[in-house]
Amino acid sequence: MKLLAVDTSTYVMGAALTENSRPAAEYITHVKKNHSIRLMPAVRSIMQETGWKPGDLDAIAAAEGPGSYTGVRIGVTTAKSMAWALGIPVIGVSSLEVLAFNGRYTGGVISPFFDARRGQVFTGLYRWEDGRLVQLKEDRIIPHGEWLDEIRSLGEPVTALSPDLEKHEDLLQEKLGQLFKPAVPQDHLPRPSSLACLAADREGTAAHLFSPNYLRLAEAEAKWQEKQKEQQHERK
Amino acid sequence: MKKETIILGIETSCDETAAAVIQGGRTILSSIISSQMESHKRFGGVVPEIASRHHVEQITLIVEEAMEKAEVTFEDIDAVAVTEGPGLVGALLVGVNAAKAIAFAHDLPVIGVHHIAGHIYANHLVEPLEFPLMTLVVSGGHTELIYMKEHGEYELIGETRDDAVGEAYDKVARTIGLPYPGGPRVDKLAQTGEADIDFPRAWLEEGSFDFSFSGLKSAVINTLHNARQKGTEVAPEVIAASFQEAVSDVLVTKTMRAVKKYGTDRLLLAGGVAANSGLRGALQEAADREGIHLTIPPLSLCTDNAAMIACAGHFLYEKGKFADDRLNGVPGLALESF
Ligand SMILES: Nc1ncnc2c1ncn2[C@@H]1O[C@H](COP(=O)(O)OP(=O)(O)OP(=O)(O)O)[C@@H](O)[C@H]1O
Ligand SMILES: [Mg+2]
Repeated sequence: MKLLAVDTSTYVMGAALTENSRPAAEYITHVKKNHSIRLMPAVRSIMQETGWKPGDLDAIAAAEGPGSYTGVRIGVTTAKSMAWALGIPVIGVSSLEVLAFNGRYTGGVISPFFDARRGQVFTGLYRWEDGRLVQLKEDRIIPHGEWLDEIRSLGEPVTALSPDLEKHEDLLQEKLGQLFKPAVPQDHLPRPSSLACLAADREGTAAHLFSPNYLRLAEAEAKWQEKQKEQQHERK
Repeated sequence: MKKETIILGIETSCDETAAAVIQGGRTILSSIISSQMESHKRFGGVVPEIASRHHVEQITLIVEEAMEKAEVTFEDIDAVAVTEGPGLVGALLVGVNAAKAIAFAHDLPVIGVHHIAGHIYANHLVEPLEFPLMTLVVSGGHTELIYMKEHGEYELIGETRDDAVGEAYDKVARTIGLPYPGGPRVDKLAQTGEADIDFPRAWLEEGSFDFSFSGLKSAVINTLHNARQKGTEVAPEVIAASFQEAVSDVLVTKTMRAVKKYGTDRLLLAGGVAANSGLRGALQEAADREGIHLTIPPLSLCTDNAAMIACAGHFLYEKGKFADDRLNGVPGLALESF
């Protein structure tokens, strides 16, 4: 099975081609530059290098979020539009799960996270078990301190992986102490070949039905709902 | 015989997800518009993040519907034209990236189209453009006079220095207490009242083709405010009619002056506010008086749609002006650089 995988949910931009889970090409940058301009050239370049034609693809995998709203939309829009045009399915994978894949061969638990501003993070909990990544706690948005208290109570070593590690390193040290296990720099950056590997044995979705998993309401929507609640409260 | 060029158009610059298929630059094989109006109503205006979210969900469905209705396959399509800007950046990005991905899948060229060029070319779908011509563009974000010597050449000769007409309409609607989107409602109300209040007209410097509507808008707000303070009432239909008259007076006068100065006898009206009954009537009357040939598109082609984008894209196709893989959404895209 030939797969194209794209991930633009953080500042890391990745595109990969895999055949039966074996990477054929991978294109990754870690610079904070416009994904909308650079994704299509990246895809074209790896297709040209491998000599693959769009019609050869069996499915397209995309990191579905959470992450930067605009970033996630660029990858998801590209994936679903191309998949629809080719009549093939899309396979969505959590952007956090893709990052957690970098914690393979670790013991303990893996907490991939993205900064979500105001002390919050998008995160979830995973473990590498018998050569497979297993999810222990669902992806969510949560104040980082609260999250770390929760996972410290498990009493297991924690591999925290994040492109935004620097901003959170002190908190991790403070909350986890000895349980906090450092990782090498490249493991904090998601790889599109991991996305393809995770997608390879999953069911696809029809392109029309595929949309991002933002894990958070649009700000205006959240405020509006809050206001409705207040008004209901006042009426009582 | 060479078959006529078929362009797939995509438009997502604001709150409508639209796709269309155009043959030979003028025949609309299909034009599908999915409006998000209802989703934004409760916020009193378009919320960019919510617009972007809707676009991602809708985009492939709308393009598919346009192709099915037109009864075309990818084999029939010669190029994909998409709105590159101006507009809401997050919204534009969905259309642009969808267009690039679809084109890549079938090895088709992509064409980036300026949204206002699209509004102007809506007229070509009604009647072939003849040059030179003058266009009055009136929409939610633009109020401009554009002179064209030929296809794809735009000379901006005047523009608003503050509010766009549509924006002024929406703000006035809000002060009168009409729900979003207010423009059409003010128009309706205006038709039931007498224009008894002499609101100020901003003519600006001698010979200027620029516009300004913020003074007029403030005058409307002050009139209502003063009346309320005195405990009196001004009938809203009188306000609406007087405001509408002041707006069309300035738009029509300046447009006719521009037509005369540039010596054209072709005039186009473009953009969402072209739906306005006061403006349509007054401009038609002035054009008839001066022997100017005026085109006003039907309402369905005045508001945002993808048929106009495919139509403008058709002429870029003829000129071989294609975008590359790096095409991006550009919120402040300039028309003249086009
Ligand atoms: N009958 C009418 N009278 C006055 N204003 C109207 C009427 N119908 C629509 N409008 C106004 O037209 C605007 C919408 O037009 P349009 O859809 O062309 O704008 P837009 O696409 O948001 O802006 P732009 O094209 O500049 O990006 C709104 O401000 C609306 O209130
Ligand atoms: Mg418009």
